[in-house]
Amino acid sequence: MGEFKVHRVRFFDFMPSGIRCMAFNSKADRLALARLDGSVEIFNFSNNYFQEKVIPGNDSRSIEAICWVGCDRLFTAGLNGEVVEYDLERLCPKYTLDAFGGPIWTAACNSEETHFAFGCEDGSVKLFEILPDKIQFERNLDRQKGHSVQRILVDRGPAGTRNKDCVVWNVAFLSDYTIVSGDSAGKVQLWDANKGTLIKTHLVSKWDVLSLSVSENEDSIVAGTSEGTVVQFQLLSPKIGDTETQWVRTRTFKHHTHDVRAVTETRTAVVSGGLDTQLVICPLMDKVEVKSSESVLRKVIFPHRSLVSCAKKPSLLLFQFPDQLELWRLGGTDTIGKPGESLPVTRKPEKLLQLKRKGDDHICCSTISECGHWIAYSTVSSIRLYQLQCDNNNISITKVSKLPKVLRSAHQLQFSADSSKLFVASEQATIHVISVSRSECKHVHTFKPKSDVFLPTGSSAPVHLLAASADGQWLTSANRHCEINVYNLKKLKHHCMVPVYNSLPSAMAIHPETNNLLVTHADQQMFEFGIVDKQYTDWSRKLQKEGLHRCRLKWGTPVTHITFNPQAPSQVILHDMHMFCIIDQSLPLDGLKAQFYSQLTPKDTSETDKPRKNNALKICNKYQPLLHVNLLEDDWLVVVERPLIDIHSQLPAPVRQKKFGT
Amino acid sequence: MAELYEGFTLCGLAAGQSRENSGILGIEPGRDADHVIVTGAGSTVTVYKVSDQKPLGSWAAKQGQAVTCPAVLHGQTGEYVAVHDRNVLRIWRDEDINFEKVFKATLSAAVSRIHALPSSEPLVLFQRGAVRQLDALLAAPQQAVEEVLSEEEVIRWSSCFLEAEQPLLLFSTEKSGECFLYLQKLNPDVLHKYNIGSEGKGVCPIGFTATLENKCITLLCLYSSGCVYKLLVSLHPSAEGEQHLPKSLLLKLPVSEGVLHRAAIASLEEGHIAIVGAPHSASTGDTDFLCIWNTNFQTLQASKKLAGGTYGQLWCNAGKLYVTHGKVLTVLPYRCEKSSLAAALGKLKQTSTQEVTSSPSVLNWNSFPHEEAALEQKTGMRTRNSKWNLKIQATLATSINQVLEDIKGVSREEVEEVLEPFLSCSPVSPQFQLGLADIAVELLKRCQADPGFYPQSVLARLTQTGRLSHSSCPGFLMLVLEKRDYFLAQLCLQHFPDIPEAVTCACLKAFLSVADADLVRVSVDLEGVSLMDGPGQSLEGVQNGFSPVLLEEDSCDVQLTSPKLDQSSSWTDVSLTCPVGLKKSALLNEIIQSSYSESFLLPHLKDLSAQQIILFLQYLQYLYVRSSGDVYTQLPGLRAPTITQITDWISLLLDAHFAVLVMAPEAKGLLAQLHRFVRSQVRLYSELGKIQGTLQELSKIKQAQEIGLYSIEVIELL
Repeated sequence: MGEFKVHRVRFFDFMPSGIRCMAFNSKADRLALARLDGSVEIFNFSNNYFQEKVIPGNDSRSIEAICWVGCDRLFTAGLNGEVVEYDLERLCPKYTLDAFGGPIWTAACNSEETHFAFGCEDGSVKLFEILPDKIQFERNLDRQKGHSVQRILVDRGPAGTRNKDCVVWNVAFLSDYTIVSGDSAGKVQLWDANKGTLIKTHLVSKWDVLSLSVSENEDSIVAGTSEGTVVQFQLLSPKIGDTETQWVRTRTFKHHTHDVRAVTETRTAVVSGGLDTQLVICPLMDKVEVKSSESVLRKVIFPHRSLVSCAKKPSLLLFQFPDQLELWRLGGTDTIGKPGESLPVTRKPEKLLQLKRKGDDHICCSTISECGHWIAYSTVSSIRLYQLQCDNNNISITKVSKLPKVLRSAHQLQFSADSSKLFVASEQATIHVISVSRSECKHVHTFKPKSDVFLPTGSSAPVHLLAASADGQWLTSANRHCEINVYNLKKLKHHCMVPVYNSLPSAMAIHPETNNLLVTHADQQMFEFGIVDKQYTDWSRKLQKEGLHRCRLKWGTPVTHITFNPQAPSQVILHDMHMFCIIDQSLPLDGLKAQFYSQLTPKDTSETDKPRKNNALKICNKYQPLLHVNLLEDDWLVVVERPLIDIHSQLPAPVRQKKFGT
Repeated sequence: MAELYEGFTLCGLAAGQSRENSGILGIEPGRDADHVIVTGAGSTVTVYKVSDQKPLGSWAAKQGQAVTCPAVLHGQTGEYVAVHDRNVLRIWRDEDINFEKVFKATLSAAVSRIHALPSSEPLVLFQRGAVRQLDALLAAPQQAVEEVLSEEEVIRWSSCFLEAEQPLLLFSTEKSGECFLYLQKLNPDVLHKYNIGSEGKGVCPIGFTATLENKCITLLCLYSSGCVYKLLVSLHPSAEGEQHLPKSLLLKLPVSEGVLHRAAIASLEEGHIAIVGAPHSASTGDTDFLCIWNTNFQTLQASKKLAGGTYGQLWCNAGKLYVTHGKVLTVLPYRCEKSSLAAALGKLKQTSTQEVTSSPSVLNWNSFPHEEAALEQKTGMRTRNSKWNLKIQATLATSINQVLEDIKGVSREEVEEVLEPFLSCSPVSPQFQLGLADIAVELLKRCQADPGFYPQSVLARLTQTGRLSHSSCPGFLMLVLEKRDYFLAQLCLQHFPDIPEAVTCACLKAFLSVADADLVRVSVDLEGVSLMDGPGQSLEGVQNGFSPVLLEEDSCDVQLTSPKLDQSSSWTDVSLTCPVGLKKSALLNEIIQSSYSESFLLPHLKDLSAQQIILFLQYLQYLYVRSSGDVYTQLPGLRAPTITQITDWISLLLDAHFAVLVMAPEAKGLLAQLHRFVRSQVRLYSELGKIQGTLQELSKIKQAQEIGLYSIEVIELL
């Protein structure tokens, strides 16, 4: 299907932050997790574990505990001593409240969801009442004032560690008055809360037991350790037919290399995360239906959105970090080569710019214009636009000081194809159209969401994806209610809405020639919508019938970017973390029904096994894991890789474990 | 290589034998490899156990009767079969005592020979060419026997084979100087007749031997001129009627005067033949030799002088040669090894480019004429090409003879004149090669006879053709050494593939003893030392900025931390000046690179004096340091010795002269250095042995492709 010259980029020093704590909301089937940098992520477990929302972090925020109330209220508490409730639509803190007890180390909500308890640095426990739109301080349970019912002393560890203090990192209180504790001596202990006596000790680690989680129906406990293991205990009867039950250590999972700081259990899986930054969803095979997407071990390492923007003409890449932006110019070569060859780099890639953000809030989105002259980024508190001048080797950057007042914060930023307009998806679910030029920036129009017509609640969701057509006529937006709206930029009118599909769009793009909108969803479905005709295209219908999804089901991660080949307009290039593929829309799809092949393996397959030349789907998994794939001019591909080993090398050393022979 | 072992006498020859007739009619294999049946011309048939040299049984025809064909053993019945008085057949067993009383059948025609086959009925060949199987003959002894041969045609030799359970009989006849060959097949009866062709006046075949291989009979024919020809007889000839059988020259024995009269040939395995009654060198012309020749390389492999003169009788049975000479029948065990070029050239194989630069004498075996003949024979075609070839060979032969005539007794300049056109047109053929050797031998003779005659340039030209070998002109190199012609000696060392160790050693001795001053005027090929330093220049042993330091035993740490303090003990710092001159080193390099066999070289090395040994050792040590300091194991230059060759020579010298070196005070330092070096090498290797496992694992690791932060690649999506 074609020969491409590939810029293989590995200099995007993307480093995800370690996972500190998480909470699973079984009513909403969503997982909230907090990272060490203060950011909060929400994963939708019923929608292919898609990373639905990301609340950017803040330098002053350090989260130690996270808690759901109801199905849509999320609270965190951290070492700055504050309790934060988040606005899950606008993706920013709703309010913060000081507990006045110093750093908060732990938080818990009662099962009726009427009260919060926060454990503070000064030794006190603060009780807060949960009200519909806020929480209110109620009582302070001081160490002296409180009346302890039982006092349990956890003994020190086994021989050799007896001189070290034992720290209880975690406790859980079961409804049958059993207390579970995990401590720094590697023990998981079960206590009788009424009598204050030890029921059972399980030594699970030579190091600390850092996290504990009890399943909703209290028949399973999981514990995460410093060694990277997750140990499951189950309440089982030792004999069949016996009514008496015991906590029995059953499974041990080892998917982490570092501290497992957070564990939780869903109906079908054990979810764990820790310092090695990855979220692991490990299915419990006895609880999943066979052969569903739930039965696959999933590791979420990269965010389910693109952190790279690309200016195609000047070959510039903009990398988004939480605290800065980096602008790189790609290298080049004078020679041409055959497929499979590596060409000598005659012009090295250049880091043109390193742009530190202002303020404490982390960058939530960024973009670069197609021409490479404009850079915009946003935090939860502000939007910044920069003009870039690049004469030979001199780079000058000027901040556009006077931005229209409507611009407060953005969930998504996008320049038009001719770089004359900036589209800002605001936190209020509107889209502002700003015309940018050297002289001034002017607010042109604001598209209001039409969805409130259909949704009587009035709560419209902010846009998380934007796509503009190459001819400057169309703008599409996708929001977290799975609505995709099409606006006519010439007439500044809402054009139509794509039929709502019940999975979040993960990427979308408008074809430069046909103006068809191509959308991929979190569940790996792909649709093509004819904007002018306001209907799905024939190709899209055929695709649904033939079932591209069958082949794509293997992809564990969502598609994060779609682009088109200007040389061959029928070619669509899309990628996820593990591969990128080219779909030729002009070729018949029925080849997909048969087996599909990776281009890297045909050498050992015989002639008859070879994929047919007219196969519509070509897959390349040579480069992985992928953060970004884009097509530049003249058959140049840019591939941004981030080898996991590079991420691991930046992590602190894991706890030393005695291995045989060392 | 072939070897003749010490022989022993099996039996004496009967009294009354003459100079021409040994009295032995034939020797046939007995019931196993250790038994033979000896048929005397008189009237006795004796069975011998060879290893015991003892007769087991003997039968004699009565007075007046004469056994006329060699007795054979009927392999299937265990009976002996013989014929006396031409047509009386006798069959008997071991237990029969009285020959008169055994089975007797009188045949209607005279028998030439009986041939026994191990798993088939014996074949009876009548004198007039008819062939019968024994059982068929016994069924009707008086049956009429046809006459195949014409009048005056006499059977000279016969042999039988078994091919695919089919008995075959091959016999040669002679009629008034012309030779014919008959191939008789039985069941069905087919007879093929071939004309061997004559070889000029008075030259006739005197010995035959044939082997069957790959459905093709190879007949070797020894002519009285001393030539051994090879004829290939196909078992399935295409044409009917009498055919001419082409022959190819395999070997030309140096028959000096006249023709051979009594000689015999026997083919041994692996391209070797045994010849008795022919001289092996032209100089002696002595015919009383048993020789084993390699026909592939035309080299004499072994020879033995037979006392008392030979009778030209030779039999071969089960790895032993039976030859009559003087008054005895002698058994000589032999051994032939498959000859390879490496074996023929000696121990060392020439490596790298050297093979190209100095092509040994006869490398292109494929173009050998007998191969062509075989090809033609197999296809059954006699093309014009082969005739043309024959013509070329004939003209070549005459021109060589002409040249040989011309260079007799003329001056040096005239020799050059005569040979110039001959050498300038140099077709590649064995005949040309043999011709070159003849010319060289002729010149050699003149040089030896006339001390003033030494046509150096001609000899150099001859050598440079690369087609001379030591065995083709023995004494050449010794003459050159005698004349102190080091230039030519170097050429010979470069071009002769088969210099005997004794001569190599003589060269070495001469090179070592020559003073550097004497070499000033000699032009020597300096290619082997072209990139080496001249004498007296020291060498910085630095590779990649690393100066290798000898690891001293028990003090390696100290050594490593302060390498500069104790430089004097380092191997690499010693004797980095070349102990010999540039030209001398070039000559010595040729010696080091020559091929040799250790066991043959060692006794000759002992002839060197202690001074020479020390000098040579110093030079070898210098070479070793030079080459070991380099990452490559070969010194620069096209013809430089390899490190293996150098170490082999060091070992050889030490082996040969260790006692002398230990006693010589001037060798003390040298030996101490060598010792220290070897010790450190042993330590190094034992240390390497310890990490062997690790190193092996390292090589197993798949070389991960190193990808930097940025690269540009080309991919194709299929």
